[in-house]
Amino acid sequence: MKALLVLLFLIVCQSALADSSKGEVAGQPLNITAILMFLAFVIATLGITYWAAKRTKTTRDFYAAGGGITGLQNGLAIAGDYMSAASFLGISGLVFASGFDGLLYSIGFLVGWPIILFLLAERLRNLGKYTFADAVSFRLKPLPIRSLAASGTLCVVLLYLIAQMVGAGKLIQILFGLEYYIAVFIVGFLMILYVTFGGMIATTWVQIIKAVLLLFGASFIAMAVMFKMDFSFETLFTSAIETHDKGVSIMSPGGLVSDPVSAISLGLALMFGTAGLPHILMRFFTVPDAQAARKSVFYATGFIGYFYILTFIIGFGAIVMLTNNPEFLDIESGGILGGNNMAAIHLSQAVGGDVFLGFISAVAFATILAVVSGLTLSGASAISHDIYASVIRHGRAGEGEEVRVSRIATIALGITAILLGIIFEKQNVAYMVGLAFAIAASVNFPILFLSMYWQGLSTRGAFFGGAAGLLTAITCMILGPTIWVDILGNAEPIFPYKHPALLSMSVAFSMIIIISLLDKSESAKQEKEIFQDQYVRSQTGLGAEGASSH
Amino acid sequence: MQDLYRKIYKDPRFHDLESKRRRFSWTLATLTLFTYYTFVLIVAFKPQLFAATLSESTVITWGIPLGIIVIVISFILTGIYVYRANREFDVIAREIIDSFSTDKTDN
Repeated sequence: MKALLVLLFLIVCQSALADSSKGEVAGQPLNITAILMFLAFVIATLGITYWAAKRTKTTRDFYAAGGGITGLQNGLAIAGDYMSAASFLGISGLVFASGFDGLLYSIGFLVGWPIILFLLAERLRNLGKYTFADAVSFRLKPLPIRSLAASGTLCVVLLYLIAQMVGAGKLIQILFGLEYYIAVFIVGFLMILYVTFGGMIATTWVQIIKAVLLLFGASFIAMAVMFKMDFSFETLFTSAIETHDKGVSIMSPGGLVSDPVSAISLGLALMFGTAGLPHILMRFFTVPDAQAARKSVFYATGFIGYFYILTFIIGFGAIVMLTNNPEFLDIESGGILGGNNMAAIHLSQAVGGDVFLGFISAVAFATILAVVSGLTLSGASAISHDIYASVIRHGRAGEGEEVRVSRIATIALGITAILLGIIFEKQNVAYMVGLAFAIAASVNFPILFLSMYWQGLSTRGAFFGGAAGLLTAITCMILGPTIWVDILGNAEPIFPYKHPALLSMSVAFSMIIIISLLDKSESAKQEKEIFQDQYVRSQTGLGAEGASSH
Repeated sequence: MQDLYRKIYKDPRFHDLESKRRRFSWTLATLTLFTYYTFVLIVAFKPQLFAATLSESTVITWGIPLGIIVIVISFILTGIYVYRANREFDVIAREIIDSFSTDKTDN
């Protein structure tokens, strides 16, 4: 572990030397405070990884932190998993650029949480073990269901990872003055270390620490803004209207979601996509029972909701304090340095000076690490637990063997993420998170939801319907305005809407239901019979994983 | 285990619990969906409603406090669910399970 730290330090120093000797830097000059704070975070988290590695012995430790995380801890970890750099920088940047419309995204990202609690969380905890596919294959045939669930998981994880890696590379380039590929390499390397050695225990604590740091940082910025505004929202909004180009229109819905179909489709993707994100669903297996699963959603909703309210204040604060501040203006473009997504970062410097800028930069770096670690662990568990242990080895793989495959899968995913991050450097990746949410809403969510609530669901229906949802989401996205027109340069989109979820979710649900109804096979009959058992277990927790020790 | 599941499934107390919980969670889920989609549909079809200011003397529009309220309502609803589920549903479920496991030791 020490050798790794030294190696990491050398990489950072070397790139610093390389930059200073070249005399020109791609982003900003090397930010020493930020690097020191980030190194402190890395040392602390590697220490935790070392501690976690000693406690990670079984598959249950590796995938689910032994089921020993409390409701509050898991709530913080969920918040840490969910509040990505994209939502911190992206939403505050969106509020900075268009005011009210940013709030629409915040709300969409939040309202999935109550739905998860009311409909999924405790049933999932009672039925599953490590991945959401466990819950679905309680009564459906594991082979096809796990193959489909793993495909859905890997699509979501890879798309999300690419978006995070590219975002990380660019952000770190600006914040720390490091080269793009070095930044991508450091993120990939650290995430491999956390997950391979520390499994879910290390991942959970990295997410908890990051959540606390991010909530503290965002609270400080928002408080500082309100302090400058004499704690009056009237003053804040009035000064923002006076400063912003768009004037009074920043206070009301603008052109961000203009047509109703897109508005509804985006709403569906955000709400039900959240309920189908594999790395989020996986977190419910880290707590001892359904009660703790419930509490964790309650805490997570509180933290995430509070955080989004802060980003709204931060966005408006940025309008007031950055717009006419020559220190942060890009003379060529007329906007702020580094684009709108840098609003929160610049504001941290404006209110807290260089030290606080360093702190927020380090928090942004930590945020990316926490999110990619959760994603990688979830992708690795789909490969080792769903595909290797169940589909390839038919449940005959031993504990040690499964964890070993999981570690290899983690390293492979980490290297893939680094390579994809480098390949996609110059590409537009903004659509990828949207596509990940659409896939989660059209594959994972329908099969999980119907397996819990509809007795008539059969393996055949779930498999073909889920596959149809996956294909529809991907096809519509490729043929839609974002990829077909903006990226491939065609004149007219073949699929007219930006957000495919309304169509792809309808296709998935209707196909699953129709094929299940038509399925008169013997196995479909049996699957319907087991529904009773599943129902009792999901409602009472009797026989659930981890409940035995109580 | 399967025998036990079948026994519980036939127990009227289980169906009481199940229907209570179902009614409660779907009511809350419907409330969440209703609040959110009302908000989204107003943005899509009647944005001018949200553009109106609270009063003559302020610049704050209806959209902002209502948006924040949607966030706060979501949080409160999760709190209500957790409160009742932890205090009521879990206790009933425990009672049902315990009654069956004492049956077993008696045999």
